[in-house]
Amino acid sequence: MKAAVVTFPGSNRERDIARALKHASGVAPAMVWHAETDLPAGTDLVVLPGGFSYGDYLRCGAIAARSNIMAAVQAHAARGGLVLGVCNGFQILCEAQLLPGVLMRNDRLRFMCKRQNLRVERTDTAFTHRYAQGQVIDVCIAHGEGNWTADADAVARIEDKGLVAFRYCDANGVVSPETNCNGSVNSIAGIYSEKRNVLGMMPHPENLIDALVGGTDGRGLFESLASRMAA
Amino acid sequence: MTATAPRITPELVAEHGLKPDEYARFLELIGREPTITELGIVSAMWNEHCSYKSSRLHLKGLPTSAPWVIQGPGENAGVIDIGDGDAIAFKMESHNHPSYIEPYQGATTGVGGILRDVFTMGARPIAALNALRFGSPDHPKTRHLVSGVVAGIGGYGNSFGVPTVGGSVGFHTRYDGNILVNAMAVGLAKTDGIFYAAAAGVGNPIVYLGSKTGRDGIHGATMASAEFDANSDEKRPTVQVGDPFAEKLLLEACLELMQTDSVIAIQDMGAAGLTCSAVEMGAKGNLGVELILDNVPCREEGMSAYEMMLSESQERMLMVLKPEKREEAEAIFRKWGLDFAVVGYTTDTLRFVVKHHGETVADLPIKELGDEAPLYDRPHISNAFQPTIDPASVAAPVDNATALARLLATPDMCSKRWVWEQYDHLILGNTVQKPGGDAAIVRIEDGPKGVALTTDVTPRYCEADPVQGGRQAVAEAWRNITAVGGLPLAITDNLNFGNPEKPDVMGQFVGCLKGIGEACLALDFPVVSGNVSLYNETQGRSILPTPTIGGVGLLDDVTLHATVALRQAGDVLAVIGDTTGWIGQSVYLRDICGREEGAPPPVDLAVERRNGDFVRGLIRSGKVTTVHDCSDGGLAVAVAEMAMAGDIGVSFDTLPADIPAHAFLFGEDQARYVIAADAATIDAVAAEAKAAGVPFRKLGVAGGDAVNIPGETPAKVADLRNGHDNWLPNYMAGEIDHP
Repeated sequence: MKAAVVTFPGSNRERDIARALKHASGVAPAMVWHAETDLPAGTDLVVLPGGFSYGDYLRCGAIAARSNIMAAVQAHAARGGLVLGVCNGFQILCEAQLLPGVLMRNDRLRFMCKRQNLRVERTDTAFTHRYAQGQVIDVCIAHGEGNWTADADAVARIEDKGLVAFRYCDANGVVSPETNCNGSVNSIAGIYSEKRNVLGMMPHPENLIDALVGGTDGRGLFESLASRMAA
Repeated sequence: MTATAPRITPELVAEHGLKPDEYARFLELIGREPTITELGIVSAMWNEHCSYKSSRLHLKGLPTSAPWVIQGPGENAGVIDIGDGDAIAFKMESHNHPSYIEPYQGATTGVGGILRDVFTMGARPIAALNALRFGSPDHPKTRHLVSGVVAGIGGYGNSFGVPTVGGSVGFHTRYDGNILVNAMAVGLAKTDGIFYAAAAGVGNPIVYLGSKTGRDGIHGATMASAEFDANSDEKRPTVQVGDPFAEKLLLEACLELMQTDSVIAIQDMGAAGLTCSAVEMGAKGNLGVELILDNVPCREEGMSAYEMMLSESQERMLMVLKPEKREEAEAIFRKWGLDFAVVGYTTDTLRFVVKHHGETVADLPIKELGDEAPLYDRPHISNAFQPTIDPASVAAPVDNATALARLLATPDMCSKRWVWEQYDHLILGNTVQKPGGDAAIVRIEDGPKGVALTTDVTPRYCEADPVQGGRQAVAEAWRNITAVGGLPLAITDNLNFGNPEKPDVMGQFVGCLKGIGEACLALDFPVVSGNVSLYNETQGRSILPTPTIGGVGLLDDVTLHATVALRQAGDVLAVIGDTTGWIGQSVYLRDICGREEGAPPPVDLAVERRNGDFVRGLIRSGKVTTVHDCSDGGLAVAVAEMAMAGDIGVSFDTLPADIPAHAFLFGEDQARYVIAADAATIDAVAAEAKAAGVPFRKLGVAGGDAVNIPGETPAKVADLRNGHDNWLPNYMAGEIDHP
């Protein structure tokens, strides 16, 4: 498994995600500084971690999306390489146009940190094959700008092609306005690129890998990635 | 000085907050009239905030040492040893006045300042906590202040990347004009990697790091502009603006630099900015300091020496570096996009010399700026003690189930979920106990150790009896740490009071400090850092005396801890500690009977220790995993909180006949814990308690979906939770003003 975690100025969950990757694969990922122009040779997976890159000034993810390293991330994705963006990483992927849409301010206009159920929408991807179809996982959110939206055509395309990765739901997997924690279109918590090699998601599976610290429902994602890359 | 330098008039001296006798003392010290920059420097060094001139005398009496204390008060933060080469640095500090003026920025800079204090010591912040007090909910500014302060605390901590794991929020009309924002930070260091403020070596470079210096936060700036510079009428904000992004970069750059063996001394630029940090580094190292202000990175054009010396721009540090490491250090700061400038050097003159545009604008004796600061033994009167209230004399205005439901939905007792859900409390992946328990638990890296963290104070007790209130604040912190299984190790204190020039307020201060000192001594729980905030007073009315205690404890094995939630039907509940039905100063008396009076519950420190050690033993041996501290609202509230957390009802046993039922249920006797376990375990605990001479009483049994008090209508847990959870969100949404 060769994973690389990109650190931008203001990233703050890079250690959390590195820990989750190491936990699942036994190997610590390479930490790559944003000013670099190349990814380590043989990188299978690039992770853009959570945080407040460039302080979320201007617009969340907008400045980081123009970092040196992002050209290499673009090329990696174009080659079919795996890219995971969590929270601020998702915002960066949208700003870099590796994924469609944009993350707006939560509809409640407040930062929200809480446990949140997600429904796994498909399990035939490198990111989710260790989960069961429709499985409800209990992870957490921690964001102020997680309200995903896109124009109607883009939403229709994503839905038609089955590119929704996760939706906010209740403990029984029921998706409703009450379970939509931030106002996202169709309760979308995460989406794939067309080739499903790029995943952006707002929730933090990396903080739910330990029974002592809230639960282990986030492990499936990292174990999926680890086993796919080991193969 | 230049031609625009103003004359030092008595008015100018007064505007700098110096009393005539204090100014005379300064004149005597330097033997000539000061420059305006020197006046600014001494006003900053000798104000209450930096000099502790009213409090110093009394702070000396606090116990500050123990075998595990590595650094006590006097540094950027206190440091304790938690074994295996690990150390915890922590401190709490207030940002009360700025937060009332501009709640968001006041709170952010409060959090930023305390985080900086901790990582200055070489510790990576692993947790933040806070203690907030607001005015009455129906005061027109309260909602705005709550909203701004909470958003500000979250805005800074969330972006910086530290979990905000605990705190407290309270409301009282005495805070209407003076809210309290006390922020605490906790960091993890290696015992051999701790950094201090004392400079060493002559001729070593003094380096300025971090953000640029602007005109923000300049003390006494209101008077200055016209006199300094006739052409300038810019508004100089006295509240600084926080930049958590810059702070995060500063953290990473400092910790990276500290790995390189370059740093001789480091000091955060907090209150009074460059002045205080440079003087402290020199004075602590028995060295002089020469600063060349032309090298200070400035955000604005044309800043004067006075402005640079007094600016409180945020996210700045001062370091003394090994000269040969300068280039390596500079490269690290450039990598992180931060300013790095050599702004002076250490000298052997013991003078604090400041140069600007080739002129010497200040030349002062460095030790005396700190050591010779005024010291006051202010008159104080001990406050009139309130009478003990006989529980039998207090009639119950409503039945107990109704009183319970009402209490759980009051501003002080309601769930604070609305607040802590705006704080990222899960980042770093080590939050074993999140907000909502007795104390937060944060695992140390991959374990098995963890720290238990809490902030506590009961201001109404301190007002009614400062000594007992001071004791209780410490005992409560000790108890909350104990209740999760932690061994309490040390505290930081944040002493918020009114105007110390009033003998009754000074009496509160002296009394509370006496109580705090007694409790620290009796509980082996020394003070290692702290902060004093006086003059919290508006229109002659002071705040309630509020000595907030931030406690840190250690869990050797974080898997052996307790939580408040009931686990299963059939578990038996019991209370450890004696219940007399102490009703004076209880929230029941205040919020149900409308009487804010009486003596507060006495704190017997030997009993605290005995009962707490017993409970901790139960947790650490794995016998009991459900424990809740019993405090505000007494047994009934503690039991209801356990029921709500576990979503299981409780049936109380027959209540004792010798205490009025409402006094038994809602009295606030100290040194008590409610525990729950299966019946066989509880029987074994009863026997152990008897052998140890610890009071033990069975309370009832878990089961069903309601809290049942004998002879009363059951209170459904779901209904209790509804009221408990919804008061604050409804209030903040503007749907209610008061229950």
